[in-house]
Amino acid sequence: MELVVDKLAVARGGVTLLEGVSFALAPGRALILRGPNGVGKTTLLRTLAGLQPAVAGRVSAPPESLTYAAHADGLKAVLTVEENLGFWAAIHGVGGVGDAMARMNLLDLRDRRAANLSAGQKRRLGLARLLVTGRPIWVLDEPTVSLDVASVALFAGVVRGHLAQGGMALIATHIDLGLDEAAVLDLAPFKARVTVGSGGFDEAFA
Amino acid sequence: MRALLLRDLRLAFRAGGGFGLGLAFFLLVAVLVPLGVGPEPATLAKIAPGILWVGALLACLLSLDRIFALDFEDGSLDLLATSPIPLEGVVAVKAFAHWLVTGLPLTLVAPVLGVLLNLPGPGYLWLVASLAAGTPALSVIGAFGAALTVGIKRGGLLLSLLVLPLYVPTLIFGAEVVKRGAAGAEVSVPLLLLAGITAGALALLPFAAAAAIRVNLR
Repeated sequence: MELVVDKLAVARGGVTLLEGVSFALAPGRALILRGPNGVGKTTLLRTLAGLQPAVAGRVSAPPESLTYAAHADGLKAVLTVEENLGFWAAIHGVGGVGDAMARMNLLDLRDRRAANLSAGQKRRLGLARLLVTGRPIWVLDEPTVSLDVASVALFAGVVRGHLAQGGMALIATHIDLGLDEAAVLDLAPFKARVTVGSGGFDEAFA
Repeated sequence: MRALLLRDLRLAFRAGGGFGLGLAFFLLVAVLVPLGVGPEPATLAKIAPGILWVGALLACLLSLDRIFALDFEDGSLDLLATSPIPLEGVVAVKAFAHWLVTGLPLTLVAPVLGVLLNLPGPGYLWLVASLAAGTPALSVIGAFGAALTVGIKRGGLLLSLLVLPLYVPTLIFGAEVVKRGAAGAEVSVPLLLLAGITAGALALLPFAAAAAIRVNLR
């Protein structure tokens, strides 16, 4: 399966941010999205993940083949590292919690509550969730926020392992992950010219 | 789905989960009303069905805004919306979990609190029966209200205002069952209407709530 995005237009709050976004992603490849703040990287990723409808255009892959990781990690403070991961593994009906913890260097923290983790450790736990979803396309929004250099390298290795198994990754980031093989797409040229949405009353029923 | 139910129950029973808040509120109402109204057994027996049902309803209302707001804040709701479980199922499971930690305990302690309010003897059975039939509707309607207001900071006030009118039929028929039961009269009509409201809410509102969440996540 390959991810093909064709002339996609996305809007946030009724304002079209990007239009005519087209790219293709083959199995085993990664694409880095770049662009200035507010250009619509997050909106594009949320649209691909199926969290909001596209204004126009087509995405070839069904939302069920994507998994989305954003600024919020979806962690419960009163659950332990293992319980948090185990929950998402059960939701997606796959195992591999121990393996995911090992690969994101979380085994020493497995019985610690998420409330007592540092920001970087929480981030590692949030990213470890990707490994227990069993989905081929990872859609990542600034995955390296609050990670130190060693953890960024660790995560880059995990992404590489995912690509090697035929997975795909779509990453919006300002930081160099060290994925030299990944293609880079600059979103600035796709910035929508008409930034005022159609608006009107019908929008409520869209 | 079982994983989601177990997680919600685990979260409710761990520190800060809010389990017991509704029960404590229910207890307070049942203890304070006799002190405020006065100790005359006849007066208390007359108002007991209504007070018990109003207390249970308000106790249920207290914890509604937690159903989706916490998951929205930490990003879990986004991830659940993109998970293999349909959002309608997520709503149904979370409403069921809410009922297990509020509606069910309220139903079980209600007879004890009925004693404080001098509820007449034949009324106890119908008090438990009406709460068992009616509180699931309170949780599901509440989940719908919570879905409508998810993403709004301090949405509790709006949630209460939205949900209270929807709670009125359940309250009227629920209190009527206990009132008639306590008087030894025929209860089947209000009890069936109460069960009908619950069945209708269970069948329709998870879909409405899921649609509301999808709009709010955009």
